[in-house]
Amino acid sequence: MSVIVVFLAVIAGISGWWLSQQRLMSKPWLEQGAVVFPGTESGSMPAAKLGLGIFLAVVGALFALAASAYFMRMGISDWRPMPVPKILWLNTGVLALSSVALQCALVAARRQQSDTLRLGLVTSGITAICFLLGQLMAWRELVDNGYLLTGNPANSFFYLLTAMHALHIVGGLVALAVTTFTAWTVEWRTGRLRLKVELCAMYWHFLLFIWIALFVLLNGWAARFVDICRQLLT
Amino acid sequence: MVDVTHGAAIPPAEVAEVDLYHPHSWWTKYVFSQDAKVIAIQYACTALGIGLVALVLSWLMRIQLGFPDTFSFITPEAYYQFITMHGMIMVIYLLTALFLGGFGNYLIPLMVGARDMVFPYVNMLSYWVYLLAVLVLVSGFFAPGGPTGAGWTLYPPQAITGGTPGGADWGIIVMLVSLILFIIGFTMGGLNYVVTVLQARTRGMTLMRMPLTVWGIFTATVMALLAFPALFVACVMMLIDRTLGSSFFMPAIVEMGEQVPTNGGSPILFQHLFWFFGHPEVYIVALPAFGIVSDLISVHARKNIFGYRMMVWALVAIGALSFVVWAHHMYVSGMQPYFGFFFATTTLIIAVPTAIKVYNWVLTLWRGDIHLTIPMLFALAFIVTFVNGGLTGLFLGNVVVDVPLSDTMFVVAHFHMVMGIAPIMVIFGAIYHWYPKITGRMLDETLGRFHFWVSFLGAYLIFFPMHYLGLIGVPRRYAEIGDMHIFPASAHTLNAFISIMAFIVGFAQLVFLFNLIWSIRHGREAGGNPWRAASLEWQTPETPPGHGNFGKELPVVYRWAYDYNVPGAKEDFIPQNEPGSYGASREHR
Repeated sequence: MSVIVVFLAVIAGISGWWLSQQRLMSKPWLEQGAVVFPGTESGSMPAAKLGLGIFLAVVGALFALAASAYFMRMGISDWRPMPVPKILWLNTGVLALSSVALQCALVAARRQQSDTLRLGLVTSGITAICFLLGQLMAWRELVDNGYLLTGNPANSFFYLLTAMHALHIVGGLVALAVTTFTAWTVEWRTGRLRLKVELCAMYWHFLLFIWIALFVLLNGWAARFVDICRQLLT
Repeated sequence: MVDVTHGAAIPPAEVAEVDLYHPHSWWTKYVFSQDAKVIAIQYACTALGIGLVALVLSWLMRIQLGFPDTFSFITPEAYYQFITMHGMIMVIYLLTALFLGGFGNYLIPLMVGARDMVFPYVNMLSYWVYLLAVLVLVSGFFAPGGPTGAGWTLYPPQAITGGTPGGADWGIIVMLVSLILFIIGFTMGGLNYVVTVLQARTRGMTLMRMPLTVWGIFTATVMALLAFPALFVACVMMLIDRTLGSSFFMPAIVEMGEQVPTNGGSPILFQHLFWFFGHPEVYIVALPAFGIVSDLISVHARKNIFGYRMMVWALVAIGALSFVVWAHHMYVSGMQPYFGFFFATTTLIIAVPTAIKVYNWVLTLWRGDIHLTIPMLFALAFIVTFVNGGLTGLFLGNVVVDVPLSDTMFVVAHFHMVMGIAPIMVIFGAIYHWYPKITGRMLDETLGRFHFWVSFLGAYLIFFPMHYLGLIGVPRRYAEIGDMHIFPASAHTLNAFISIMAFIVGFAQLVFLFNLIWSIRHGREAGGNPWRAASLEWQTPETPPGHGNFGKELPVVYRWAYDYNVPGAKEDFIPQNEPGSYGASREHR
């Protein structure tokens, strides 16, 4: 359970830092009549952006817990590590490309360049779909080589984690489709569209980060890293 | 004093972010409504409805325990199904949903001075997914083989093997799917509650001026958002184990003389995931109760809450600590002694912030102008009950005491006191307190007092004897203890007595239900602020609050929510949105 505890410690650190800015030491019973306290009013950040940030923390907790379970299950003797298909390297590259495209779209939205914006959104969507197809091919390859879901807990975890990640990408694709649609129909200069692109980019970068973490985990590098740390400590 | 601006010339704040949604038809106004107040009532009604099912299940269990084998349909299998469904409904579908979905939705926007939740559409979806989860849960009763009888903790491997009711049938699948849906629905709602508190507070409403109710619900929601994913992962993995035959949790076992295809899985892994959710869940239910009780006793004792800052810090501290105590539910599963020591220590440390809260409640009452209204009675009952349950928690938090007591009725008594009766007392108190705001009418006083005394005394007559049963070794989870010589005859008499009390207390709840419905039409007119309370929800121009809560302009907040009996003030309370300061020195408070 160490992964989730570390993850929550980070969350607690961020929340603690933020709370420390909120005049937690103030004595509200002495402050009657006062109205304006600089820095402690409701935030100016768009609610949707904050909402997405918190949602990503929840998603992060979900994957951290799955990783915790992975490590705990790994310690039991019937675990047989599974070779990771080579195509995952390509998929990682494609997903990174998708993230980069979306970042370009965001920059274009800020600079009000409609063509680049639309190009970026479409490229990002297409590459994300390519990533999903690539993941399917990886599954096919594994099934063809006899690594079925029930064969070994390592296999089960591989399918579970990649499926969880893929489902999150699918959900993101829905939002991206709506955003792309907006970029063509509605007046594309509005701040609303820029916010939408920004939210999509945030989500995409986060899922890329999650994927890289999963990739490290599934390749066994994470376990090796933990071993090295443990040796250093003992 | 800090650098602040005084005076009444502050323009009211319009929070631009919230696009107020306007209903166009009866359907969008009352059914598919995006108004947090309507959603709150929908949540509350659904939760209370499913809670009635849990009440009936508890009666059936008590019939079996008090008067074994009276009815032939209560087989041991059925008894397990009743236990499981009763526990799951009460903990998740009633308490969590009612505190966060019900009170959270109703009170957060009103108390922080917002027009609505920040994402009204997502909020509506949250309710409908919750309703779907409840319907899926109920469908378990009609599934072949009935609902699951795995116990509310759903421990594998027994949860998904043939020997347990619903294990090899649909019961467990239905339960897992329902939980997954519940978590999805809750996450939608939870994001709303958190972001509304952070981004939609009205002008002047700093975090340290929020009523403790909002603090409690806010902290609990943050915890729930981080804890429910653990249950989600556990449910998904168990669902795959059950349907596809993987071995996340399933060890190699022989069932009916045959080796099942799974092997090597770790039931302990499930327990870790489950309790990583399960322990914070206790506080997800308790923290809103703490917050609400603080407000109730302050209003009804006409006194500012004692140690407001400490109360806030304690809430946050309890929330953080509750994530590092989960393994105290697993002492009997076996663990490395150092871990046991660590978790016993963190468990006992939680008693410190909790005790701070209890002291502060008592000190709020000290020399207060205590009005023994029904909400106040329930709040007092909560404090007593929570202390009682908390004290037995100190016993069970120690590994050496927990191990012999863990499988006895003592545990049942402990957690019903601390997590059943105590929060439910708060729910009742809160309903009696805010019902006038929700409907514009008071609940009937006589029926209310009857309801209180029967519920409060009855609950003690049910659960106090259970401690004793536990100490003499009566095991929990047994459909009947039979004529074993180790139990004196008094154990059987006591069981019958507990059952009779359970029926009486249950019927008192029907009186409450009648009161709820009858008073909508026939209750005494309440007016806008019958309790003369200071917080914002009582200052709305209309009662019940109209769409958008506050009329044309949002209120501006000039003070905290606990200005009662301020020297020099015209009345014995000063609304949060009243400008100006009152002369007398307040440094002594």
